[in-house]
Amino acid sequence: MRDHPPRLPSSPGFWRSPLRGPWFTSVLGLVLLAGITVLFLTGLVSYAAYNPDLSRVNDQTPDKGILGFYLFAWPTGPVWLYRFTQGLHVTLGITLIPVLLAKLWSVVPRLFALPPARSVAHALERISLLLLVGGGLFEFTTGVLNIQLDYVFPGSFYPLHFYGAWVFFAAFTAHAVLKAPTALRAVRRRRREEGDLVSPRPEPPTVSRRGALALVGGGSLLLFLTTVGQSLGGPFRRTALLAPHGAADPGGGPNGFQINKTAAYAGITTADTHREGWRLIVTGRTGTVRLSRAELLRLPQHSASLPIACVEGWSTADQWWRGVRLSDLAALVGHAGDPPDVLVESLQRHGAFRRAALRANQVADPRALLALYVNGEELSPDHGYPARIIVPAAPGVLNTKWVARLTFGDL
Amino acid sequence: MPSRTSVTRPRPALGNPFQILLLACSFALAGYAGVRLFAGDWRAVALWVAGAALLHDLVLLPLYTVADRAVLRGLGAAGRREWTPYVRVPAALSGLLLLVWFPLITGMTAGRYRSATGLSPDGFLARWLLISAVLFGGSALLLALRGRERGRPRRAAKRRPPAVH
Repeated sequence: MRDHPPRLPSSPGFWRSPLRGPWFTSVLGLVLLAGITVLFLTGLVSYAAYNPDLSRVNDQTPDKGILGFYLFAWPTGPVWLYRFTQGLHVTLGITLIPVLLAKLWSVVPRLFALPPARSVAHALERISLLLLVGGGLFEFTTGVLNIQLDYVFPGSFYPLHFYGAWVFFAAFTAHAVLKAPTALRAVRRRRREEGDLVSPRPEPPTVSRRGALALVGGGSLLLFLTTVGQSLGGPFRRTALLAPHGAADPGGGPNGFQINKTAAYAGITTADTHREGWRLIVTGRTGTVRLSRAELLRLPQHSASLPIACVEGWSTADQWWRGVRLSDLAALVGHAGDPPDVLVESLQRHGAFRRAALRANQVADPRALLALYVNGEELSPDHGYPARIIVPAAPGVLNTKWVARLTFGDL
Repeated sequence: MPSRTSVTRPRPALGNPFQILLLACSFALAGYAGVRLFAGDWRAVALWVAGAALLHDLVLLPLYTVADRAVLRGLGAAGRREWTPYVRVPAALSGLLLLVWFPLITGMTAGRYRSATGLSPDGFLARWLLISAVLFGGSALLLALRGRERGRPRRAAKRRPPAVH
């Protein structure tokens, strides 16, 4: 009985799609090679943007060791820098999901291939593929869940996604080195398809290989078009139909732009921020000063047009902030001319970034403000009333809201 | 000659030594990061890494393969195999959106979403359904139009002479 259908997925005849073959897998693999390289690099950039080497309070991964070898002082310009790199990271990641799924589908027969190992090298490669597939899916899954505020993963997002990225990247690099030459050859020379991925008893095709690629590309395009608006802002936000910060802005008016965490979520009450009770405590070389909001308003006021850009990939267009320069506040406590680093503490009682450190270059930038007004109005409670930090090009979470204390000096 | 006797003796194949060195290097780096990845709740993290691969390979992939074959078989039984893309494409795209955005679409994070962002969590399901309606509706329209285009000359020739109307 020649045509008896094989029952086990370890038999090559079990897999019957006529699409599978080196060309299809190679095209998808090369797209992922470029895409995941960009994801990894923008991820490293985002990690550096937090200035984790500046202070313990910025560092969610104190055991990083050599993995932070490339860290540098995050610049303050161009002001859209983090908006761009992190919007790219998240939007590209979402756009690549169909390519990743199609790539995994195209090579699934190999998962079941027997014998388990033909040689020592082959055995090692199959173990490495477990890290590649498991690590890759882990990275995509934690990222996609985190931007939807679905914190079901086992631990804090930052260390999981960061260390997971390095595990994945280790396997990814080896895989790329081993496979990229073959993939390039398979794409360039479209000879007769042969190899273990080609089904020995293919079913009649229902779609061409190009048609299948078009479906994958269409899926990517659909995800891209329904997501990218949350990173472009303005009129484009409405086009991000399914992205977490798409479709709508909260409320209207000058304070009607995207919020990361509301006052209620952060546990901030009106008793904390009451005009009479609230004082900003500024400490530096010459001691401590306590400033009410009225006293802050009597200091020189400056404006800056700056965006809010979140690690979750969404961002706002530039908002018009008004308040006191951080360098002026540093000068008040004995750091005139050479502003040092600063530790910023919020009224927030919980949350990973209720304390955050800014580097001297950020404090010194004339656009770095302790903002009291936005778009011509007092800050709303959700945007940090009575006062918040706004620093050009910094990740959103370092723009501390509901500021209670600034401590200038070496951290 | 000693070398000839060693060839006849069975031994495990080593494979490409460059590949072995490269993978050893990769494992060392993965180990360095992995120790840190597993520093917390290592059982849960291992479950997630292995679970992600197993869930994909043994649940998600077979699930959509079986669904696709069911569509193929159903249309094949009806003698309409050529309709497959008209069902497959909108179903795949709609399913893809659900796969990526299911926490928002199902509302499983609705409480946290509303309280953190100040935005309404209610629109996601409706928008996903509307996008799906457009995808399936557009596909149906396309199928109807193509069917008419193809059917027209044949039917006209078969049924009645063009002079009748």
